[in-house]
Amino acid sequence: MRDDLVLRVVGRLLIPAILLFALYVQFHGDFGPGGGFQAGVMAAAGIIFYSLIHGLVATRRIVPDWVVETMVAAGVLIYASVGLAGILLGGHYLDYSVLSSDPIHGQHRGIFWVEVGVAVTVCGVMLKIYYMFASRGGAED
Amino acid sequence: MAVAVWAIAFTRNLFSVVVLSGVYSFLMATVLVALDAVDVAMTEAAVGAGVSTVLLLAALRLCKSEEAKPAHKPWLPLAVSVSTSVLLVYGAWGLPDFGDPEAPIHKNVVPRYLNNEVDVPNVVTAVLASFRAYDTLGETVVVFTAGAGIIALLRRRKKNPDNKGGGA
Repeated sequence: MRDDLVLRVVGRLLIPAILLFALYVQFHGDFGPGGGFQAGVMAAAGIIFYSLIHGLVATRRIVPDWVVETMVAAGVLIYASVGLAGILLGGHYLDYSVLSSDPIHGQHRGIFWVEVGVAVTVCGVMLKIYYMFASRGGAED
Repeated sequence: MAVAVWAIAFTRNLFSVVVLSGVYSFLMATVLVALDAVDVAMTEAAVGAGVSTVLLLAALRLCKSEEAKPAHKPWLPLAVSVSTSVLLVYGAWGLPDFGDPEAPIHKNVVPRYLNNEVDVPNVVTAVLASFRAYDTLGETVVVFTAGAGIIALLRRRKKNPDNKGGGA
């Protein structure tokens, strides 16, 4: 599908919008609908869309496998370390109120990092599954 | 949606089944928007209609695109699913009306969630990330495990010489 002019142009227009919307959903999740899971899926969908148009090889140059695999593990580690940070600062595990001098601000900070962790893992896993399935067909199209 | 389900059940061409299930997911997302569950609708549209359609198509490339004829008549599964749905509909009559403020579920923890001390405007985010932080951590670990399982299953085959051990 690399030679399809319409797909290439539409993709070039849409993919930045998709990725930007994913970031919006991620960081605006406190106020509007959305959050880490949705943002991660959207970012992965944008990258998968890119790879549908430009092929898996080009996508792997931009988002290589080691980045994706690191993302899979890093998200869980971010989430878990937010909990550990709560213990180190004198609270319970995953107690965000101690993360800042103001409990409400601490809650916001905790939710922010937890959502980042969820988004990173979800995006990584989606991409990894897609890479694995798409690369099994032998010849790359 | 009923039309989509009917078509999925009776189509033998797997490609159209995949596309129809994407259609079903989009319809489901609109239903969820109508129920004011925008977070879930977003997930349904992105995962159900977007990513899983692409994943199923990628999987379809590895196998035949026509479904094999079933080996036996599906009367027993049909009876099980019909009786289960009759039971569920019967049970749903006993539920309080949709959006009823007097429903038992709105009497216990929900007031605390709505006037929460987390002070996040989107209650769904507050519940997911703060009140139910352990659950969400567990979910993230589940997603991680799924990814790790896929890596463990599919990568080993790649070490085999081309397409010798991989034919399944």
